[in-house]
Amino acid sequence: MLNELFNTAPYALARAEKEKTLTALLTRLTAHHYEKCREYRAMLDGYGFSPRRPVDSYYDLPFLPVRLFKELTLSSVGADEVFKTLTSSGTTGQAVSKICLDRITAANQQKALVKIISSFLGSARLPLIIIDCPSVLKNRHSFSARGAGVLGFSIFGAERIYALDDDMNLRVDALADFLRRHAGERILLFGFTFLIWRHFYAALQESALSLDLTDGIMIHGGGWKKLSDQRVSPAVFKAGLQAVCGLERVHDYYGMAEQTGCVYVECEKGYLHASVFSDIIMRRPSDLKVCAFGEKGVAEVVSVLPHSYCGHALLTEDEGVIVGEDDCACGRKGKYFTLTGRIKAAELRGCGDTYAANFS
Amino acid sequence: MRQISAKLDFVVGDAAVLARMPELPPFRVFDDRALTFLRALAAELFAAGEGRTYPDLAAFAFWCRPSSLLPLREKYGRARLGRGLAFHVAPSNVPLNFAYSLVAALLAGNANAVRLPARDFAQTALMGAALNRLLATGAFADVAARLCLFRYGHEREATDALSAACASRLIWGGDDTVAEIRKSPLPPRANEITFPDRYSICLIHSERYLADYDRQRTAQDFFNDTYLNDQNACTAPRLIFWFGGAAERARAVFWPALRERLERYTLQASQTVDKLAGFYRYAAQAPCRLSLDGDCKIFRVAVPEISPDITNHFQNSGYFYEYDARDLEEILPVCGRKCQTLSYIGFDGAELREFVLAAAPFGVDRIVPVGRTMDFSLVWDGVDLVRTLSREVALP
Repeated sequence: MLNELFNTAPYALARAEKEKTLTALLTRLTAHHYEKCREYRAMLDGYGFSPRRPVDSYYDLPFLPVRLFKELTLSSVGADEVFKTLTSSGTTGQAVSKICLDRITAANQQKALVKIISSFLGSARLPLIIIDCPSVLKNRHSFSARGAGVLGFSIFGAERIYALDDDMNLRVDALADFLRRHAGERILLFGFTFLIWRHFYAALQESALSLDLTDGIMIHGGGWKKLSDQRVSPAVFKAGLQAVCGLERVHDYYGMAEQTGCVYVECEKGYLHASVFSDIIMRRPSDLKVCAFGEKGVAEVVSVLPHSYCGHALLTEDEGVIVGEDDCACGRKGKYFTLTGRIKAAELRGCGDTYAANFS
Repeated sequence: MRQISAKLDFVVGDAAVLARMPELPPFRVFDDRALTFLRALAAELFAAGEGRTYPDLAAFAFWCRPSSLLPLREKYGRARLGRGLAFHVAPSNVPLNFAYSLVAALLAGNANAVRLPARDFAQTALMGAALNRLLATGAFADVAARLCLFRYGHEREATDALSAACASRLIWGGDDTVAEIRKSPLPPRANEITFPDRYSICLIHSERYLADYDRQRTAQDFFNDTYLNDQNACTAPRLIFWFGGAAERARAVFWPALRERLERYTLQASQTVDKLAGFYRYAAQAPCRLSLDGDCKIFRVAVPEISPDITNHFQNSGYFYEYDARDLEEILPVCGRKCQTLSYIGFDGAELREFVLAAAPFGVDRIVPVGRTMDFSLVWDGVDLVRTLSREVALP
């Protein structure tokens, strides 16, 4: 059934059919992890969920808060089958997620990513500018989400160049040379939102260099937290890039290390889209019941890919709004949505400690 | 002290008052000047009428009347003097905790320098304004000379200077705050009272609860002990021991009654996610069973055994472990150093105290009936504040 999905166009399934497919696959994954992962089984037993009891829909399956992957190592395969361990990009001092990947899961993640991204790029490989530094890929067996993103997207590039050196300086001459050699071709740019703004946009804005990327296409992800702290909105981001290098096609994507491959790419109308491999469900903060479309909630994401770890249904710490389903003006089927930010830590009453945290 | 005054944002008093305070002669314990001032403060707070909006303000005003404090005077005798300057570090998220700390130290005879919570609570501002109105009358010059309330940011220098000048330091707010403030040395003669992280438990006798307790009233009492402060006060019970033979029936009455009381209690997303994550984290490594009643306001996690490790898995905002106990001995694994308050329904407080004294655990400082966990007392966390913040002038 997973193979059928790989033979389906990534935005081809309408609601009824998609729900049927996802319910079958996700129910099977729940049973698989229940059987293979001791901690997951204990968690579901404690929750009172039996995988033997059929559910009407994947909406009714239990979902784990994504932060558990920072605190527990949850693996559904033997240690000898773990082919690499992926870590999320926590900032210094924060706990990072540890995701155990076996060969099947890693391969499926890559396949799903290819299906999704090539529906935006076309199947031909394009000259690729990676807006990052080469050292991001140093350790091949244990790497960060940034590294995984770079590696995952590298396959879309015919010829690749890193836009930054290891000190995060823009490699002006190398870039100019790259563009000269690929004059007249469509160029693909990939990078993390914050790094693009900080080291690519800012450097171009300051330098006299003018790069012509009018016919380029940029795909960027990693979240808006740092930029919204600096009051850089998606509109400002796009306008800024257009001003410094003429870029017109810029696609944000939403995704997380815990569900690599299942990216939610921004369409031409400015909405993030769920592909056939995954779905997003907004849940009410007070009772975790499903929000109506248009109602802000905490995002649950489901993915049919995680075989080696129980990350197929996760409650994120992001908030957003489902705009609609199957009827986006861009023509893609499935849900389309916007994100509104991270959930904020509540200011609790009571004498629990909050003082020292402010010191660091 | 002069050089740090610029860093302090004074709410009551000023740099000149603060500079003179360490050298002013202390009061006797329960000094008439202190009692007269507290009588006026209670009257001022009642007259201002803001207690209707802020029950915690009304509770404080009621508590600080000399008529409720005077009966305690005898306990300390007449041969005690304050130690000098008391430096209070108030917790960041309880609006009026500082006021109780202040009154205890004032009754003990000390001058008081109080670092207020960083958050700007309405109750804190109202208390500051009431104090200023009273002090401005000129009728309380000796108290005015011994009182400063201020805020400051994370300036180590300010903490250093206040610590170096004080005779007693009181640190409220938890382990991390204690560790942070302790980086600033005290003079050799100074003492310190710390209020680090604690937790509390509740004992319910199922048959007596069903027979003798009003369900609505008890639900309100339990609410006041827990949800009123997001179950985040150290006094709030996190683990409930059910005793007697009717635990199942008692729970079927107790929790729905509490749930009715929670209609207006709202959860932010992070509170719900914290509770769910906390539950799964516990469930991953110990047998347990979650009960949710329609929504996420009450997380009840039934556990078939009590391990001391359970105390590392406490959450707030309405998250309770429950255990069916056969005898009192079974509470002892969680009565370690961090255990503060034991509240109860259907027990006799004196008998529970006899049990604790005989079993001699490292923790359990208070034993109070349900609904009373937040009542402040001059003996707190097992420390007699007035005695500790004063000194006895002894005769042979």
